[in-house]
Amino acid sequence: MKKIIVENLKYRYPLSENLALKGISFEVEGGEFIGIIGRNLAGKSTLCQALVGLVPHFYKGAYSGNVEISGMNVLENNISELSKKIGIVFQNPFTQITAAKLTVYEEIAFGLENMGIEIKETIRRIEYVLHLLDLEKYKDRNPFELSGGQMQRLAIASIIAMKPEIIVLDEPTSQLDPQGSEEVFKAIQSLSREGITIMMVEQKIEKIAQYADRVMLMSDGEVVDFDVPQKIFLRDDLLNYGVQAPVFTRVCRSLNIKNKNTGLYPVTLDEAYELMVRHEQNRS
Amino acid sequence: MNRIEVKNLRFSYRRGEEILKGMDLTFDSESTAIIGQNGAGKTTFVKLLKGLLKPTEGDIFIKGKNTTEVTVAKLAKEIGMVFQNPNDQIFKSKVIDEVMFGPLNIGQGMEEAKGNSLKALELMELSDKVDENPYDLSLSERKLITIASILAMDTDIVIFDEPTISQDYFGKIRIKNIVKELAARGKLVITIAHDMDFVAEISERVIVLNKGEVILDGSAEEVFLRDDILKSAYLEQPNITQLCKRLGYDRTFLALKEFLDYRLAEN
Ligand SMILES: Nc1ncnc2c1ncn2[C@@H]1O[C@H](COP(=O)(O)OP(=O)(O)OP(=O)(O)O)[C@@H](O)[C@H]1O
Ligand SMILES: Nc1ncnc2c1ncn2[C@@H]1O[C@H](COP(=O)(O)OP(=O)(O)OP(=O)(O)O)[C@@H](O)[C@H]1O
Ligand SMILES: [Mg+2]
Ligand SMILES: [Mg+2]
Repeated sequence: MKKIIVENLKYRYPLSENLALKGISFEVEGGEFIGIIGRNLAGKSTLCQALVGLVPHFYKGAYSGNVEISGMNVLENNISELSKKIGIVFQNPFTQITAAKLTVYEEIAFGLENMGIEIKETIRRIEYVLHLLDLEKYKDRNPFELSGGQMQRLAIASIIAMKPEIIVLDEPTSQLDPQGSEEVFKAIQSLSREGITIMMVEQKIEKIAQYADRVMLMSDGEVVDFDVPQKIFLRDDLLNYGVQAPVFTRVCRSLNIKNKNTGLYPVTLDEAYELMVRHEQNRS
Repeated sequence: MNRIEVKNLRFSYRRGEEILKGMDLTFDSESTAIIGQNGAGKTTFVKLLKGLLKPTEGDIFIKGKNTTEVTVAKLAKEIGMVFQNPNDQIFKSKVIDEVMFGPLNIGQGMEEAKGNSLKALELMELSDKVDENPYDLSLSERKLITIASILAMDTDIVIFDEPTISQDYFGKIRIKNIVKELAARGKLVITIAHDMDFVAEISERVIVLNKGEVILDGSAEEVFLRDDILKSAYLEQPNITQLCKRLGYDRTFLALKEFLDYRLAEN
């Protein structure tokens, strides 16, 4: 079933002269892990806001087109209705913290209480996400006394705990340490395997190449391309969009090492390694 | 005399929870990166250098002067710092005023401050945003504004706390060039980052901070060779380094070009 349907979406912020989204159309199936990439100011965050309904319900401005989230029309449903189906991790974790609660534990509980989740289940979920994001030690801490990366972990934890059908993540690992990023990508991947639909904006190209089922390349308010990573990172004009192909792709490209079956260059470490080893064996 | 000397530095936000556990370091002119796990104490450390926090124990000397004996205002003339979260730094409602605040604050005249600010904004390719409100701009742009402000101050020591957050390919190149140019001009540049590929490209020296202690300190080659220690500190080697290691090369390659050149010579 289609989880997300976007048809000819156009949007202009109030006071702005230009369209931030210039007629975007795409569809996403349930359980897909979609990576969104592109230059700064391409409209990635604006698209995220449009998926969760902050555009046009919070950010007014000019809006046309149609966005359907799990069968609900975004224009016809308010944000709190939509939030039962779709959650978002904002680009700046600072904006995510509600400031309504005193501790990390309560901050996570806040969203669950609002959803009316029963107490036992609430506790179970909080413990799970505290462990998943390595925040157990900080559960009694004031959220504003966390390091940048810890705050970002809290933002991710709060949304994962709510287990919405669709999760939008706007550069969720930008302040995480390397192993923390890897763990988050793995956790998000396993959510997508459980059937949760993922829309994730990222500048970490190697990670997107490894984990996303499909990649959406955005530029100047439009979707330029939407395809599997191997096809997206094959494009000669990627740099024009502020994106550099994964280093594994670039290395194999320079050495002209392709996957013989698909005729495409590898995009991940594992695949590049295997193809390079085979290449050496064939030479000797 | 080293520009920065840190002696047995200890720091706690609250009693019984030591964040920095006795650091001894000197910095002179090498472009240095500090890497480490979330919560390792990186931001805390640079806030101490800048005098925004006071050591619980130990001393920090900036150009021979103990930070506890000079005012934050005096220190600001020596050290410029780009905050991890631009929202902690930005408080003016116009981009140009925000950028000029730092230079004016350390005593530059109106004309000089304005000139330096416009030049810095041009370098960040933000010349068309001078009259906008920083809060109407995206996170990546706000970060560049805070960088412009620090560049306009033209301090002798420059600290970047995670400058590449949210930057696209071009933004990262721009910041990389700025770090290199500042270092070439003889400034002491200290950069905190989680992007190991970026760290490998910009740093002469890399310091690994783990749970408030320095566990590695050396050239980028030396540090990124130590995969075992990096892993224990929740870090990893740069992507190209990981691939080359897996392919069985003994050398630590830190850049794609370096590897391609080596292969060419090998054949
Ligand atoms: N609150 C706002 N008010 C007015 N214009 C905005 C607002 N937020 C974003 N814009 C503009 O909309 C366009 C798209 O911005 P958006 O933040 O969606 O891009 P992005 O791809 O997420 O960028 P980044 O990589 O910097 O996060 C830009 O021209 C931006 O200046
Ligand atoms: N204002 C504060 N009050 C109490 N504890 C704090 C405060 N700020 C930070 N801490 C704690 O001090 C430790 C070090 O934080 P710091 O911000 O220096 O880490 P960091 O290495 O910069 O991490 P990150 O990579 O996430 O930015 C963390 O465990 C953090 O929770
Ligand atoms: Mg964005
Ligand atoms: Mg920090």
